[in-house]
Amino acid sequence: MTKMHVKLNVNGRAVEGLAEPRTLLIHFLRENLRITGPHIGCETSHCGACTVDMDGRSVKSCTVFVAQADGAEITTVEGLVNEDGSLGVIQEMFREHHGLQCGFCTPGMITRAHRLLQENPTPTEEEVRFGMAGNLCRCTGYQNIVKAILASAEMLNAQKEAAE
Amino acid sequence: MIPAGFEYHRPTDIASAIGILQQHGDEARVIAGGHSLIPMMKLRMADLAHLVDLQAIDDLRDIEIAGGEARIGAMVTQHELITHEGLAGVLPILREAALQIADPQVRYLGTVGGNVANGDPGNDMPGLMQCVDARFELVGPEGTREVAARAFYEAAYFTARGDEEILTQIRIPLPVQGTGYAYEKQKRKIGDYATAATAVLIGNGTASVAMTNLADTPIWSEDAGTALAGGDVEGAVAAMLGAIEPMADNRGPAAFKKHVAGVLLRRAIERAQQRAG
Repeated sequence: MTKMHVKLNVNGRAVEGLAEPRTLLIHFLRENLRITGPHIGCETSHCGACTVDMDGRSVKSCTVFVAQADGAEITTVEGLVNEDGSLGVIQEMFREHHGLQCGFCTPGMITRAHRLLQENPTPTEEEVRFGMAGNLCRCTGYQNIVKAILASAEMLNAQKEAAE
Repeated sequence: MIPAGFEYHRPTDIASAIGILQQHGDEARVIAGGHSLIPMMKLRMADLAHLVDLQAIDDLRDIEIAGGEARIGAMVTQHELITHEGLAGVLPILREAALQIADPQVRYLGTVGGNVANGDPGNDMPGLMQCVDARFELVGPEGTREVAARAFYEAAYFTARGDEEILTQIRIPLPVQGTGYAYEKQKRKIGDYATAATAVLIGNGTASVAMTNLADTPIWSEDAGTALAGGDVEGAVAAMLGAIEPMADNRGPAAFKKHVAGVLLRRAIERAQQRAG
């Protein structure tokens, strides 16, 4: 099959490469661009470990062809750090509240939580659980993940207020 | 899991998309959100040489409420359907159903058009569209035609859509003010298809009832609607349970599914009645 010229903006940087249209976005990110934050868990759009932000939507990058993503803006967990390279608020809160054990699902969790809090900056616990339903964790039982996201919401809102 | 290779097309208008379908026949298929098609391609159960992506056709993304009906473009995603305030005001059953489909990530990409056109008996939108008496607009080489949702589904994955046609829009008559509604779905876990699901509208002397994943097509029962319109809940449940034909699978034996169907129907009817008025 002929390769196509793919252009993306990943974590604020314009990137391009040659790929077969059938290449899945997760493979393009990990293998062509060496952005290995998004993980391959189930590869069947169930687990959410491969979640990235694409044009302002949380998507499972194992179920998007790179051809479909051509021209898109992508954010991965690597793109959620502060400008000085230190951990972003959600990342810091996952550490603070022990929102992970093995850590495999964490990049997907954090990337999804980022979009959830963009859309709903003051979620209830129930809204967090509903909004995170596409991400599976087999270690934590979710309790600390939910805590970390609620704490992130508070912290982000406090930062926003302080800035105003 | 890597699918077989294909050539990718991203036309910017419907005529070009249909042209590509005409040129390649069976070898080509359209892709909307891809959340049914891509898994099938990865399993190599769908094999095609040309993929026609509809994402760049702007006309397919509109939601319009005018002239007593809602017109929803085929590429409107479940997420857009859920967050559209105008639609939630006039057809709240759509949001209630869409929130029960898959998970957030899938709803950001999964489209209404894909959900209704795929013909998968497990999809929620087909039964819902039969309940609300939607009409599907199909555009093909011969022009545009409309098919009622209630006449669209022939068997699992077989619909009235021709191979060279594209489902472009869904038109739903707005229920009169005070119509009660409910969408009830039983599933084993988030992301699963329904063990049973039902859509109910009741109000102003009329009623409509449809069910999902209990036969190889969605089931809309005219008898159930007539009984319910006359206030006969047990008659409506009996008519519906007589019309479905569940098959045993990993969601349970047929008798269990019938049981769940009855429970959901009564629940949905009760909730719709409470909301009516």
